[in-house]
Amino acid sequence: MNDENNETNETKDGVTRRQFFVRVGLGSVAVAAAGTSVFAYQFLSPNVLYEPSPIVNAGKPDRYPPESVTLDPESGIFVVNGPQGFYALQATCTHLGCLTAWKPELGIIACPCHGSKFGRDGTKIAGPAPKPLPWLRMWLSDDGDLMVDRAAELSSRQMVKV
Amino acid sequence: MAKTLDHYIDTLRGTRVWRSVFRGGQGASRLHNVLAIQQNIFLHLFSAKTRRRSLDLGVTWYLGTLTFGCFAILFITGILLMLYYHPSVPQAYADMKDLQFVVSSGVFLRNLHRWSAHAMVFLVFAHMFRVFYRGAYRPPREFNWVIGVLLLLMTLLLSYTGYLLPWDQLSYWAVTVGSNIASAVPVFGAKIRFLMLGGHVVNANALLRFYVLHCMILPLAAIVLIAIHFWRIRKDGGLYTGEPAARRET
Repeated sequence: MNDENNETNETKDGVTRRQFFVRVGLGSVAVAAAGTSVFAYQFLSPNVLYEPSPIVNAGKPDRYPPESVTLDPESGIFVVNGPQGFYALQATCTHLGCLTAWKPELGIIACPCHGSKFGRDGTKIAGPAPKPLPWLRMWLSDDGDLMVDRAAELSSRQMVKV
Repeated sequence: MAKTLDHYIDTLRGTRVWRSVFRGGQGASRLHNVLAIQQNIFLHLFSAKTRRRSLDLGVTWYLGTLTFGCFAILFITGILLMLYYHPSVPQAYADMKDLQFVVSSGVFLRNLHRWSAHAMVFLVFAHMFRVFYRGAYRPPREFNWVIGVLLLLMTLLLSYTGYLLPWDQLSYWAVTVGSNIASAVPVFGAKIRFLMLGGHVVNANALLRFYVLHCMILPLAAIVLIAIHFWRIRKDGGLYTGEPAARRET
C-alpha cells in the first residue's frame, strides 16, 4: 500500500517515483540511440576502398604528337600537347559528369549528354556546364613519364615543358 | 520533464497528420486501448486483450518471443552484412575477412549474426519441445503446430544456406556433403542436387543460389509464416495456458 502511495505522492524534489523511472528509461533510450547512430555511421563508412588511384601514368611525352588533344577514357583525362607545353584536363563534364570527347574537325571538346562545349584549354564555350573543365596537376616522373593527379585541380594554369 | 513531455506527446497526437495515421483517437479508455491494437496492421495480428496468466514466465518461458527476437536481430545484422558482401567466388571469402578485420564493428555484427543463428536454432527446438510436452499442439491449435514445423524447416534451411556464404573450407565441404545427401532422394535425387547447386559441382552458381535463398526467398517465406503463426494464436483462442483442472491444482 505504501508503495502505491509513493508512486503518486511527490517527493520533496517534486518528482514522483514513476516520473523518475520514466526519465531513467527515456535517458537510457536516448543514450542507446546516440550510440547506435555512431555505430551505424562508422560501419557504413568503408575503411578501405578498392578504387583506382587518383594518380595515373599517362606514358612518355613522345606518345602525344604536337598540337594534339588525347582522351584517355579509362582515367577520364585529356592530355594536351600545346605549343607552350603539356597540360592535363579533367574529361568529365562539369555539368553532370558525362565523359566529354575531343572533336578535331571543330577544334572543341564537346559533351554528348547535354551539348556543353569547351575550348582545348578547358574554357567554357556553350552549354549548361557551369564551369570550365579544370586543369589537373601534371609532372614528369623520374623515368620521364607524364604523371597526372586527378584529385588535384590547379587554380592557376601550369604547363609541363619537355 | 515528464509532464512537459506528456504535454508534447498529447499535442502531437492531436495533430491532423497523426490522426490521419492513427485513427484510434486520444484517450485512455478500454475502447481506445483496444482500438490502438486492432487498428494497427502489425499489432492486429495479436489479440487486443489477453489473459494475465498467459504473460507468466512459467507458461511459455517466452521461448517463441525469444526466437522471434533472434530472427529480428538476424534480419537487421544480415542486411548490414550484405552491404559489404559480394556473392562471387574469390570475393566472398575476402569480403568475409574484410568484415572481420577492416570494417568498423564488422566482426561484432558478423559474430552477432552467427551466435543469434545458433541461438535461434536452439530456441526453436526448445519452443517446440515446450509446446509438445505441454500438449499445446492439440486442437484447436493443430494447424499452428504445422505452421511451426514449416518455420522449423525455414530456420534450418536459413542456417544451412548461410553456412556456404563465407566460402571457406568448412562451408564448401558442408555444402558438398549436404547436396550429396539431397541426391540420395529416390528417382529425383540427382535432379534435385543439380537444381540446388545450379550445376554438378559447388561453384559460383551454387554460391549465388544459396545467397538468393538466404537473403531473399527464405526470409520472405519465414516472415509470411511468422505472420500466420502469430495471427493463429489469436484465432485459436490465445496462448495455451494449461487445462482448467490442472490450473486449479497449481
